[in-house]
Amino acid sequence: MKRVPWTEKGPVFRLAGDRGLLIEFGDAIDPEINDRVRALARLLEKETPEGVAEWIATYRSLIVVYDPLQTGADRVKEAVLRLLLKMPDLVLPAPETVMIPVCYGGELGPDLKFVAEHNGLDPAEVMKLHCEPVYRIYMLGFTPGFPFLGGLSERLVTPRLTSPRLSVPAGSVGIANDQTGIYPIASPGGWRLIGRTPLRLFDPGRANPVLFKAGDLLKFVPIPRDEFDRLAVREGSHGDV
Amino acid sequence: MEMFRVLRPGSSTTVQDRGRFGYQHLGVPPAGALDDFSFQAANLLAGNGENEAALEITFQGPTLEVLGEGYAALTGAEMDVALNGLALPCWRSFRIKPGDRLKIGRARRGLRAYLAVKGGIDVPLVMGSRSTYTAASLGGFRGRPLAAGDVLFRGEGRSPAKTAACPVDLIPPLPGEITLRAIPGPQDDLFEEGLDILFSSAYEVTPEANRMGYRLLGEKVPLAHQAPRSIISEPSLPGGVQIPPGGNPIILLLEQTVGGYAKIATVISSDISQVAQAKPGDSIRFERITLQEAHRIYRDRKRLLDRLREAVLSA
Repeated sequence: MKRVPWTEKGPVFRLAGDRGLLIEFGDAIDPEINDRVRALARLLEKETPEGVAEWIATYRSLIVVYDPLQTGADRVKEAVLRLLLKMPDLVLPAPETVMIPVCYGGELGPDLKFVAEHNGLDPAEVMKLHCEPVYRIYMLGFTPGFPFLGGLSERLVTPRLTSPRLSVPAGSVGIANDQTGIYPIASPGGWRLIGRTPLRLFDPGRANPVLFKAGDLLKFVPIPRDEFDRLAVREGSHGDV
Repeated sequence: MEMFRVLRPGSSTTVQDRGRFGYQHLGVPPAGALDDFSFQAANLLAGNGENEAALEITFQGPTLEVLGEGYAALTGAEMDVALNGLALPCWRSFRIKPGDRLKIGRARRGLRAYLAVKGGIDVPLVMGSRSTYTAASLGGFRGRPLAAGDVLFRGEGRSPAKTAACPVDLIPPLPGEITLRAIPGPQDDLFEEGLDILFSSAYEVTPEANRMGYRLLGEKVPLAHQAPRSIISEPSLPGGVQIPPGGNPIILLLEQTVGGYAKIATVISSDISQVAQAKPGDSIRFERITLQEAHRIYRDRKRLLDRLREAVLSA
């Protein structure tokens, strides 16, 4: 549990069409700015202003979608400013930490060697450096459940593929520049693939279709291939391999 | 009950409703009918509420064998429709019975048509919606466009006694040159003369135009001198006009959840229907309006649908 530091500087409000209001807390990828985003999301959840349909949290901002038949941008802005007055008293619950088992290298991580060579490391060091941090999930998007993670080691920064793969298998863990992420469903993609998780990150039939949400923490746990195969059978994701 | 067997699927025919809302924070885009006005009109004409699942037909329509009694309507793009070889008018409900053959041709004007049947197309609700999001194989008919041999069911519902027609003045025109009304922002402050260029030039729709977005070609829109090349990725709402470093605008649509480039303006939600009917080669202009004007247009459009509902009820 922690309190969100108070700041004198209010957020910036930007119009996003006739149904959206973007509320921006800063211009950096920064845990403190992201905490303010999480805090506003929490306040909106507790006391949803009239006419607000949904909101989407991001790295440093939040988009509120409203119904123009019920409210307007000015009224949403006023409601948000009133909610923000409560921020100093809000105690944010500690984020959940989600453990993601990953089998690194081999056919499941075809670019592990490249990432190692590019950074003057051996594959085992890449694995260790990738598993060490507790990553923050800043945002979900691109495809359902795709987590944009903050906290990749500077020693693992690797450019994207020059030409993206037409299909990246579901569960693939990749690196693109200073970002790392997981492909929840098979999709085209240009990230360097270093391993794969057997977990089904996105399943529309589950009560929680995605295993985590923006604001949670994420940790990768290395597993051997036989463990991957066992979990893949349990998860029903083995067909994707 | 069984409604249609697909004999020929057409170029891309999917099941859609008004969209899957409340899941964009998980990275699930709304999807749904791209021309929301024509979609709702088709439902009202077919004797439904506004949000029953219907077929979104893109460019080349399907040929369907009718398997059950039904009551249907086709709206949106101008397509040649024939029931057992006889031409049928659009924007008017009609009856179908087992053994009929419904052939929907190629779009002559516009791009997307909507076929609604009384009772709605019966596919499972996935995360609160029947819309198809093909990139994730989610919702609709098995998460994909229709294929030959597919059998579609419809929900319960008794056909109205009389057929109904849409009042002519409610049918949107389908010009080859469209003007999209847009509100500057959210990142209009990253542009200087770019704003004047966007709002005074004609753009051509490129072949890269789909439910994710429309790429346009024309006068390039420059970022302001000190502006960053890209922004921290943030969610995109339908209508966002994103400017990548090359300067050619992209209108973001219903199957997109994030964008990493500045959005100079946002097309008002009432005009997304016009984008839906634009095809490669068509000409697009942007007209700058205020939020107040946009909300007035939003309310007016709601009233048009109310008028259509009344017209159908009093038919």
